Amino acid sequence: MPFRTECHHETLRLSPFGDWTIQHVGEIERSLETLALDGVRHIQIDLSGIVSLDLSGAWLIHDLRVRSAATRSVDFLSPEPPMLRLVAQTLAKDEPTGRREQRTPRSAVEHLGRHALERLTGWADGLAFLGATMVRLLAALKDPRVWRPISIARHVYDTGLTAIPIVALIAFLIAVIIAYMGAQQLQQFGADIFVVDLVTVGVLRELGVLLTAIIVAGRSGSAFAAEIGAMKLNQEIDALKATGVEPLEVLVLPRWIGLVIALPLLTVIADAVGVLGGALLCHLLLDMPLVQYFQRVDESIAAWTFWVGIIKAPVFAVLIAAAGTYRGMQVRGSSRELGRLTTVAVVQAIFMVILADALFAVLFMEIGI
Amino acid sequence: MSADMAIIVSDIVNRFGAQTVHDGLDMRVERGEIFGIVGGSGSGKSVLLNTILGLRRPQRGRVELSGVDVTTLTDAELRNLKMTYGVTFQAGALFSSLTVLQNVQLPMLEHLDLSARALEELALLKVLLVGLPTEAAYKFPSQLSGGMIKRAALARALALDPQLLFLDEPTSGLDPISAAAFDELLVGLQQELGLTVVMITHDLDTIFRTCNRVGVIVDRKMISGTLEQIIDNPHPWIREYFHGARASRFGASRGA
Repeated sequence: MPFRTECHHETLRLSPFGDWTIQHVGEIERSLETLALDGVRHIQIDLSGIVSLDLSGAWLIHDLRVRSAATRSVDFLSPEPPMLRLVAQTLAKDEPTGRREQRTPRSAVEHLGRHALERLTGWADGLAFLGATMVRLLAALKDPRVWRPISIARHVYDTGLTAIPIVALIAFLIAVIIAYMGAQQLQQFGADIFVVDLVTVGVLRELGVLLTAIIVAGRSGSAFAAEIGAMKLNQEIDALKATGVEPLEVLVLPRWIGLVIALPLLTVIADAVGVLGGALLCHLLLDMPLVQYFQRVDESIAAWTFWVGIIKAPVFAVLIAAAGTYRGMQVRGSSRELGRLTTVAVVQAIFMVILADALFAVLFMEIGI
Repeated sequence: MSADMAIIVSDIVNRFGAQTVHDGLDMRVERGEIFGIVGGSGSGKSVLLNTILGLRRPQRGRVELSGVDVTTLTDAELRNLKMTYGVTFQAGALFSSLTVLQNVQLPMLEHLDLSARALEELALLKVLLVGLPTEAAYKFPSQLSGGMIKRAALARALALDPQLLFLDEPTSGLDPISAAAFDELLVGLQQELGLTVVMITHDLDTIFRTCNRVGVIVDRKMISGTLEQIIDNPHPWIREYFHGARASRFGASRGA
């Protein structure tokens, strides 16, 4: 116990001793809870035994006094220490109305309404961003001086060149998996040769571009959002605007253009590595001569097979860049927002890429290529 | 004598590659004083602060905080040491995803075992102590003005009732009225809580209003003394600093 108590009739004498400092506040508080105050009308506090008293220790005594005030009197045997006066003076400034009220839970209807409105304004904001960027793009087409080749080159490097190893590795592995699975099934019918069709058509039309876009969304979509978001937090965007430089022009457009250049190129690499991966597996697993493999590749490719894949790449690039840059520009206030919006950017980019791929599949089927 | 000393820095050498920032720097801070550190940009004020806080080990020399040499402590001892001092950083460095109250509570939660009520009330006490209104405690740093952020940072530095307070440019970026109010708050708190305060500052007004003694970092060493001694020091940089156009204007208005 960090204090002694003596009880005479209805008077409790409380004599704290030792250190009443913040390190001991937890244990002192728990001891004070056990204080038997039933029937006590007066509390006398004798502070002469206290070795050191800090603000937190003084608060405990102040708190005891305040809580007892309604039912019993509290006085001090020794002069009231200045620390205690400081606590009382400070807490006198407290406005209980300023404390955060217990939030009343929103009704389900209100919740739905708010959510719907937020979504609606969210779409409107997104559309406005898209529109403003398009206006900038048109202006840039008219006036080539606002093209920023160095900035675009940097983004082609960051999003394209440095992504080559991981894109190539994943394309290779996916081609190997398809070839392996296909071989297992098709061997049963003696249709080994069709493994080549499976790999070639699958990689060129769909998987090459789709997987590349998903990797790039994870790598560069997040980088766009985080980089622009951090600049927003650091007031760099405001600084650009104040300098008379349009952030959409120097930050957003170069990223869009850079990615539109990089993603198709990455897709070509993914396609090539995928077809080579298929070749390796067919050679090792099915003992297929490489000459035969590439002959079959040539036969299985229609005029459009390669282009069907490549055409999608710039569209995916715009979707990824738009999600990343738009979410980055939305960051405000705290580092937590930065994290949240970076996550949103990547999730949305991947979702939109897959949705667009599905739409392309329907479109290509309708026009028969 | 050393019992009255809160901080004794002796013969510190700090080097970054070929660049020597401090070369045999000495500094003594007495218990219960406000000590101002002054120096040109790049003279190593922040490096000195980090060295004193035990965040950086100097290449040579000793740093004693209340008689403990911080340069030789283990990680666990350093953690305990960090409970005994409070620090504010230049831009406030409040955690942006937490409210002001949660910012103050964070050191308490990490180091102490308190009830939820004590945690709430003690944190609020610190917020009110630095002159912020109750409702500011429930706001996020992005919703506060510059002056309020400085005060909130001070509240967080005071969270664990330290005896020693380090302030890195506490009034930079504030208007003169807010800066004066902050200085007044600081002097009041220093007297009421019996704090020892070390502050880095460029603000001559703040130095004249608050500091008992001043240490100037020049030529990789420190020249320290009372304000009068420093003003009379013949070193050219110190003369320029305290007798330049800004300073003489201040001195003139002070003389009047």
